[in-house]
Formats: sequence, C-alpha cells, structure tokens
Amino acid sequence: MNLRDVAQLLKAEILSCEELLDREVITCFACDMISEMLLHVQSNALLITSLTNAHILHAAQVMDALAVVFVGGKKPDETIIKKSEQIGLPLMSTKKLIFECCGLLYAAGIRGDVDDIG
Amino acid sequence: MLNESFRFTPHLTLEFKIEEKDFFIAGESASRVKKTLQQLGMKQEIIKRTAIIIYEAAMNVAIHANHGILKVYIDPEVISIITEDVGPGIPDIELAMKEGYSTASNEIREMGFGAGMGLPNIKQCSDELEIQSRVGEGTTLKAKIHLHNKK
Repeated sequence: MNLRDVAQLLKAEILSCEELLDREVITCFACDMISEMLLHVQSNALLITSLTNAHILHAAQVMDALAVVFVGGKKPDETIIKKSEQIGLPLMSTKKLIFECCGLLYAAGIRGDVDDIG
Repeated sequence: MLNESFRFTPHLTLEFKIEEKDFFIAGESASRVKKTLQQLGMKQEIIKRTAIIIYEAAMNVAIHANHGILKVYIDPEVISIITEDVGPGIPDIELAMKEGYSTASNEIREMGFGAGMGLPNIKQCSDELEIQSRVGEGTTLKAKIHLHNKK
C-alpha cells in the first residue's frame, strides 16, 4: 500500500508533496505526544496525529517518518506546509479520527511494528 | 581494530544557543546534528539516539530555564551531548527522572510535550548520563553515546 492508497482509504486531502505519494507504507504510529513518538517510532513509519504545530515536522524528521496524516480535519498553517515541501515530507488531512484511521489501516495490513508483518 | 567509521570520524563541535521559550531550536538542532551525523556515515541507531537526546534535552532548557547552551562533541569514540542552563534548577533529580513526572505548563502540553518522558527518554538513549543541578542557579546535563559498544 502506498501513500496514495492511504489517502484514498482515509478520504484524506493531500496537503503537500504530491510527487512523493508512491512511497510504500509498511508501519504506522498514532500519537499526540512528541516524546512518545521519538521513543517508539520506527524509521519510515506513517505518522497519525492531531498535533499540527511546527514540532511535528522536526519530530518527523528526527524519526525519519514517511508522511504525516492529520486527523479530525485539522490542518497545519501555510508555513508548515511549505516547509514540508522543502524537506520532502508528505502531509495529508482527514476528517476521520485516530481510532478509525488506525482501524482502517490495520485492516489493510499496516502494522505498528515491522516485526509483526508476516 | 579500526573500521571505516573509526578512521574517518573527525573531532567536531556543534553549539546552539537556547533562549527561554525558543521551543523550535530543539527540533532544529536535532535535525541539523542528525544531518551532520548522516554525512559522517554514522549508524542509523546512533543517529536516532543522538537526535532524541538533543531534542529532549534542548526542549527541557527551552521549557524550564532562562537560557542555555547545547553542545555536541563528536569524536571517534563518543558523542557527547551537553546542555548547560541558567534557570530554576531541579530540586529533586530522582523525582524528575520518573516517567510521568512533569512540571511543564498546559501550553507546553498542548504542543505535545510535558508528558514527563523527556529525562527518561534521554536516559534510555544514552550510555552515560550525568545531571548536576543547583536550585536557583541552573542545570547541566551530560549524556554520552559510545560509538563502539552496542547498547
């Protein structure tokens, strides 16, 4: 499943980096605490969060996130979207909430831990 | 025995000033050091641990102190991450090390920090950690990552 499939599944609006949506999604992490993300996230994970401040970009960079999905219809401001284009981090926004996003992605075969993929 | 990274890792010092409530310098410095370590060809696991320590330690200074400095020393053996701040200090370091203990404000929590995981995160990512603090004066944190033994 690639990022384009994720956007379709979550009915998400693409906010940046259209050209990078062929990236393959293997693992996912959903959370609103930066410290928790930093500690637990595996590299190349799809990040699901309702945090839309600029920290999310730095945190995503530090943990080599694949892309970020903002839930609950939230969108970061224009400067963050521009920055994400510069660093090559696709952003998307869905009206769905965290639980539903996770359920849909899990059912589609995405896992939290790369070791759980059979 | 010398391996590639041992031979080519130079001695490097990176410094960042941290002003009070400059919350973004933490992430910025973590990203910049990360890039440097990638250019040096360091292992991903080392880079990640270093970036997490920098992010959390610099964030602590921005949140709690009046101002401070972040220094990162890289040599062929060790990456040292040091923050020195002028600020309120930590009255009870043992308590501050406890997961879930936080004195951060709601403003900080709304940004996604202040879960009381910063220092525990730093501890988990470092091979050596030393914290010295004087109440009313400031705090110095020294974390080390050894490049040649696996944690």
